[in-house]
Amino acid sequence: MSTLAYASADEAPARRSAAALLWRRLSRNVMSLAALGVLAAVALTALAAPVILPYDPDAPDAERTLEAPGRRHWLGTDLYGRDQLTRIVYAGRVDLLVAVEATAIALSLGAALGAVAGYRGGWIDQVLMRIIDTIQAFPSFILAMGIAAALGNSVTNIVIAIAITHVPIYGRLIRGEMLRIRETEYAEAARTVGNRRRRIIFYHLLPNCFPPVVVQATLAMGFAILTVAALSYIGLGIRPPTSEWGAMTAEGASYIVSGEWWIFVFPGLAIMATVLSFNLLGDALRDVLDPRMKGV
Amino acid sequence: MLGYIGTRVLLVLPTLFGVTLVTFVLTYILPGNPALVKAGPLATPQHIAEMERRMGLDQPMAVQYWRYVRGLAHGDLGESHTTGRPVLEDLLQRVPATLELTLAALAVALVIGIPLGVVAAVRRDGWVDHLSRLLGVGGVAMPTFWTGLLALYVFFYALGVAPPPLGRLATGITPPPRITGLLTIDALVAMDGRALASALHQLALPALVLGFSVMAPLTRMVRATMLEVLESDYIKAAWAAGLPRRTVIYGDALRNCMIPVITLLGVVFGFLMAGNVVVESVFAWPGIGNYAVAAMMSKDSGPIQSFVLFVGVVYVFVNLAVDLVYGLVDPRIRLR
Repeated sequence: MSTLAYASADEAPARRSAAALLWRRLSRNVMSLAALGVLAAVALTALAAPVILPYDPDAPDAERTLEAPGRRHWLGTDLYGRDQLTRIVYAGRVDLLVAVEATAIALSLGAALGAVAGYRGGWIDQVLMRIIDTIQAFPSFILAMGIAAALGNSVTNIVIAIAITHVPIYGRLIRGEMLRIRETEYAEAARTVGNRRRRIIFYHLLPNCFPPVVVQATLAMGFAILTVAALSYIGLGIRPPTSEWGAMTAEGASYIVSGEWWIFVFPGLAIMATVLSFNLLGDALRDVLDPRMKGV
Repeated sequence: MLGYIGTRVLLVLPTLFGVTLVTFVLTYILPGNPALVKAGPLATPQHIAEMERRMGLDQPMAVQYWRYVRGLAHGDLGESHTTGRPVLEDLLQRVPATLELTLAALAVALVIGIPLGVVAAVRRDGWVDHLSRLLGVGGVAMPTFWTGLLALYVFFYALGVAPPPLGRLATGITPPPRITGLLTIDALVAMDGRALASALHQLALPALVLGFSVMAPLTRMVRATMLEVLESDYIKAAWAAGLPRRTVIYGDALRNCMIPVITLLGVVFGFLMAGNVVVESVFAWPGIGNYAVAAMMSKDSGPIQSFVLFVGVVYVFVNLAVDLVYGLVDPRIRLR
């Protein structure tokens, strides 16, 4: 953000909506545009999969098993002759949905916990923060493994496991912001005019914690996708025939010794491209929303 | 200083309470009733109730938790349905394999990651800096199991330089007498060149893959701190005094970069344990991560929760050690 551009006439009236401003700044950065493009492509193809793809993700084709990438099957076929590209696109539905749901749950829980802890302080803060400490006493992937294994093998349980392990990210962040914001003059003003506490916390103050939370949530989406993929790689969560990127990579692992590389390479590539895009987008958002953190 | 150590060590107790409470809930409270599992699929309701009574599952929660913790204190982690042996025995037998892999990976991450961060900072915007940034962005986006499979494909299948991913020693090599359980160390002690070569050969690829997976945050941290330190007055003074470049950068500047690196080691250990699970599974490495994955396959939840508990407890102590070392090298921390 050069100061020159900032001072230019068209931006001078500070009347633009926050979203428009955000878009203006993001669109100046090639990397974040590319990242947005990749994410949009993954999400849109996943949504429109039945319309744009000629194959059924679960339809076997005994004539064309383990076919290398070519004109007919761009990314090759697997042991049952299923089209890999089709399966990867359909798998995007599962991975993205799990990541979005887990992030939404973790964000809501974390925001509620963090906002109350930060605003109220005292013993409530102590209790809530000890709960968060306890979750963080485990490496997050290991705890997610334990929770998913205990709850049983299903997509919903993977969502719950990832959501629980991500609560501390948002809880700590929002508590910190709340500690700062509750001392501001507009918080004081909201108290003075006699608002109820719940209204002050969730209506007046919480929205102002938003910018750093957006950055964290974007970065955490990438982490959530890596976690889903790893959990299903080791056999937790998503069961065949549902396609999921990590599970597909695991299927491909057995073909390394016979050289059918396309079965494990492409699903992994999909994970990497998606996670990379979330990370790049998160970094770009941080530069825009939270200039203090720039370049860290 | 003693006060700091005392407070920090005492803080371990509530954390351990929390950790055991979580694994207790995961083991006993959630579905997959252990009495149901133990009684078998053909059990009658009476049989299950009898089993619940005998296992103390009809007792109040607090009583059950107390029995659980008392059992843990006596090393009782339950039994594995798959191996038919006490879980503690299974875990202890496999810990050295995991420890060896983890230490080797940590060494890889430190030996490559730290100099990379230093050079990236010193020659800012040079090609090493760009490479480190590429690694920092791309490395963290690559799923570890995928990196492992790619490495296997290239070095084992295509180039044929890596051994098949089948454990810690090539077939036909007799393991050295067990002293530490770390095959490389044991082979060194026994002066067994063949075993040492084989152990190193098997260890190289998984250690590189696991090390690579945690390298990015280390490099990033070293680079950021190094940039800051290089701007500081005492480094400028060192330059002005005409000290050799090497002394200034690797002596004075790097030493001050180590403090944030130490604080990062706790987090790095957490990533290493997560990475262990998938890397061990990719390379059929007979460690505790692989044990947990195998238990998962056979729906044997006891060993999984014991693994979670084990890692959690080790993690608590690793973080304790990190904080104590931190207090030791950075006096400002103690004064708070």
